[in-house]
Amino acid sequence: MIVERQGQIAFAGPVAAILRFVFVVALTFLGLLALTFFIGRVVPIDPVLAIVGDRATAEQYEAARVAMGLDRPLIVQFGSYVLDVLRFDLGMSVSTNRPVAEDLARVFPATLEMATIGIFIGIGLGVPAGVLAAAHQGRWTDQVIRVFALLGYSVPAFWLGLVGLAVFYAGLGWVSGPGRVDIFYDGITPTVTGLLTVDSLLDGDWDVFRSAVSHIILPATILGIFSLAYIARMTRSFMLDQLSQEYITTARVKGVPEWRVIWVHAFGAIRVPLITVIGLSYAGLLEGSVMIETVFSWPGIGNYLTTALFNADMNAVLGATLVIGAVFIVINKVSDVLYRVLDPRSR
Amino acid sequence: MTVQAWLLDDSPKSRGQAAAGRAYRVTLDLLRNPLAVVGALIIIGLILTAIFAPWIAPESPVGQDLSNRLLPPSAEHWMGTDELGRDIFSRVVYGARITLLIVGLVAVISAPLGLLIGAVSGYFGGWTDRVLMGITDVFLSMPKLILALAFAAALGPGIENAIIAIAITTWPAYARIARAETLTIRNSEFVAATRLLGASHSRLIARHILPLCTSSMIIRVTLDMAGIILTAAGLGFLGLGAQPPLPEWGAMISRGRSFILDQWWVATMPGFAIIIVSLGFCFLGDGLRDVLDPKSEGKS
Repeated sequence: MIVERQGQIAFAGPVAAILRFVFVVALTFLGLLALTFFIGRVVPIDPVLAIVGDRATAEQYEAARVAMGLDRPLIVQFGSYVLDVLRFDLGMSVSTNRPVAEDLARVFPATLEMATIGIFIGIGLGVPAGVLAAAHQGRWTDQVIRVFALLGYSVPAFWLGLVGLAVFYAGLGWVSGPGRVDIFYDGITPTVTGLLTVDSLLDGDWDVFRSAVSHIILPATILGIFSLAYIARMTRSFMLDQLSQEYITTARVKGVPEWRVIWVHAFGAIRVPLITVIGLSYAGLLEGSVMIETVFSWPGIGNYLTTALFNADMNAVLGATLVIGAVFIVINKVSDVLYRVLDPRSR
Repeated sequence: MTVQAWLLDDSPKSRGQAAAGRAYRVTLDLLRNPLAVVGALIIIGLILTAIFAPWIAPESPVGQDLSNRLLPPSAEHWMGTDELGRDIFSRVVYGARITLLIVGLVAVISAPLGLLIGAVSGYFGGWTDRVLMGITDVFLSMPKLILALAFAAALGPGIENAIIAIAITTWPAYARIARAETLTIRNSEFVAATRLLGASHSRLIARHILPLCTSSMIIRVTLDMAGIILTAAGLGFLGLGAQPPLPEWGAMISRGRSFILDQWWVATMPGFAIIIVSLGFCFLGDGLRDVLDPKSEGKS
């Protein structure tokens, strides 16, 4: 079906909507590739040096220059870069001597595991806090939650990680220290999903599971705190919108108990917009994990990225940037689509 | 006529009076918001600390004293000393200068850039708009910290490059805001009237559209300051920002990392400075938004 709108011809209907969606996503990915290409090939004063490092000999330098095809025009270089990425070829990492794509596939589950536990902590604390703040708008509960939410925007993640280690690991001994699992349990669990807590359960090995949980709980909580701030703030704002509506007044006049008004009537109405917020926070945790992983020596993509930074391993830096950007875009688009599917008004 | 009556006059006689009156009312509203007052006081404190650092700090920020390494906080060294015997309090005080320099330069680079791109995009529309907003969206589709890390890695370590990297990641949000504001102003009658008077595109944008975007821009920049400080500290922590011996707070935390279990004060003290200053900007930004733009509360 073709409809005329503002003088432009626009396609309507579900198939066209999906096609348009795919087109937009593809365009966004192309933009992302252009950005990483720009960072890797145009920004550095000497991209060859950035790839091979300053310890390379003259022959290595020349070989890398030819291998990278830097004598070709930029647009041709960009074209071959896009083709390489489409074939999952992100180049070799000079620090691990393995293809970057392989490295990333190996480290990604660790980040996914931590971010997933983190987002559950963020939802579990942030949503009730936001609802509570809205129900007590203007009173001290609201103010306290507001200050805590603002603290979430003001505390450096790496600092909180260090303080957490000092207090809960060195001081109280409640949790385990850096790393993913105690050293003597390392590598004995067969990899199925790559998520160590899940794999150790599948393996039936309770000792490894306990060790893994005790290692992940602190970094995941700290990560969750950063999504908490945003989730609580948005929940409060959505709830305030609902609580000022007439149907809430009607419910109250009818004598519905206050907890029911808040948790069933008002909260029921904000579940769909909350999904978008949670999606955005989940994507945001990927960003937060870079600092947290560095502090906790967590073998995920963030730690891989910062290690590559120290070694001036530009292929690895760009590969990790690209993957994080791609995941970011995918999560954003998925929460967008979920919103549209779940909210009948947007159909 | 008293000064207050002149300021609150409902029919100001000049632009200056109108502007002064508005500033006065905003200040009055801000003063009624306790968090905003606290925020403003913190930021004034930061600026004064930066200006008067040599008089506040008891010791030099770079003077080493190896016989006094890693001393715990005491009356003599309020925040203890670091691994080279430097007084941490003095370094934190001098660090205020670096923080102020970073947020100041990032704001001065990215806000006008975003404002200009957004206004041009919204004003001309069509292909200009599509291309400029396409570029903006690509930048927005990336997590800011990761993008800043990648740019800083490509540019090489150093405080100037860190500032450039952060500015590159900050402008797109401002471009989006400026574009949205411009779209609502573009078709208003005063713009059409000015165009009929023969004003050029550049004059219209510079004199009539940009000034109207500033209030939402000020709110956004203030709210972003905390994020900018955290990103700068993060780059410093990873060794991509300010280089030793500069007393940058993030880099100081990074140095204290190896002593966190026994000499906790080396890493924690600069962190408190970061938190207080970021909170100050958050409080002020929140208050400014409540006063200047009450409708958008909670939406970020």
